[in-house]
Amino acid sequence: MIRARGLGRSFGAKRVVRDLDLDVPRGGFLLVTGPNGSGKTTLLRLVAGLLVPTAGELEVDTTRERVGFLGHEPLVYRELTALENLDLYGRLYRVPERRERIGMLLERFGLWDVRNERADSFSRGMLQRLSLCRTLLHDPELLVLDEPFNALDEEGSSLLDRELAELRPGATFVVATHDPDRVEHLASDRLAFA
Amino acid sequence: MSAYFSDVLTLAQKDLRLELRVRNTVPAMLLFVVSALVVFHFALPAGSSDLAAKGMLWVAIVFTALLGLGRAFVAEREQRLLDGLLLAPCDRSAIWLAKTVSVLGFLVVAELVALPAFAIFFSGIDGATIAGVALADLGICAVGTLLAAMAVAGRARELLLPLLFLPLAIPIVVGGVGASVADDPGRYLGFLALYDAVFAIISWASFEYVVTE
Repeated sequence: MIRARGLGRSFGAKRVVRDLDLDVPRGGFLLVTGPNGSGKTTLLRLVAGLLVPTAGELEVDTTRERVGFLGHEPLVYRELTALENLDLYGRLYRVPERRERIGMLLERFGLWDVRNERADSFSRGMLQRLSLCRTLLHDPELLVLDEPFNALDEEGSSLLDRELAELRPGATFVVATHDPDRVEHLASDRLAFA
Repeated sequence: MSAYFSDVLTLAQKDLRLELRVRNTVPAMLLFVVSALVVFHFALPAGSSDLAAKGMLWVAIVFTALLGLGRAFVAEREQRLLDGLLLAPCDRSAIWLAKTVSVLGFLVVAELVALPAFAIFFSGIDGATIAGVALADLGICAVGTLLAAMAVAGRARELLLPLLFLPLAIPIVVGGVGASVADDPGRYLGFLALYDAVFAIISWASFEYVVTE
């Protein structure tokens, strides 16, 4: 599903990812670890198609509508409500039975009661939950998750644990985290940046 | 094709909803354009010609548009939301077109106040001027939205947009002022239409490359 050969990405003179070879089969789970600034986020942005490589080759065998990306920013409009944000993305991704799917996700992530509240009134943890709803809304086959447990409380983290375990058989994952123990049991491949 | 325009509509509706909710851009544009016309009213010596006044109108329009363009990608810039839009499976030019439509809408609202205000402070507006303003708006918003997206990616954003936009707005000012004051405005209107067509196509085709990192 993901194949990289000699993959590199530079920002000006700074080479953030260099000479990386990678194979993640369909249904695989790549766990990416490493210290801050080691290139994890850059790799995830390359895989999601948000960056283009400056060296080497990268093949991701899926289309943009099948990629779910969770980054450091929640990628939701703070001035819109939770429902309006998900409706916007649902329209752009042409999610079938959009309203039902949005309702189900909001319910599952504990945001149904605040669905009509603006995202700028949400705590960081609630924004992360909303961002997870956005990421899963279009039922992606490739999930690219950068620190998915960030800002989640214990209940939210357990919820995400269950969600990942449920999705694990059907989807391909690339997950960067500082807490690898949390998803170690799901991982099929590991990449540690120095 | 209908999917493309559906995406444009969805994104433009989102911009309109954001503006209705926070009211940041249009009130600022309205206040600016009226203030500029008041300043010009007192700056122009008594007995100045209509020609000079028409020139002032175009200065006010270009700088009001610049104000709106400067805010076009504020939400996307401050919250890195452009990533969210770029990840979506819509054609990336749809993002440019939707933003162009919303900026155009805001500019038209500002002009609905500015043109009557100009008529009160200076002189009446004729059909050729209105046609010139309409055509200029298309060009300003088409090229300005592309440049606003470029500026968002840069570091000195507030500085970059005027530096990029004003040189490209010179032909618009030439065409607009010409359409407003010439005896035969047709060729100036034709020039503006040609500018619109050329720069709209260039902007539409190049937006994807501008937003690709």
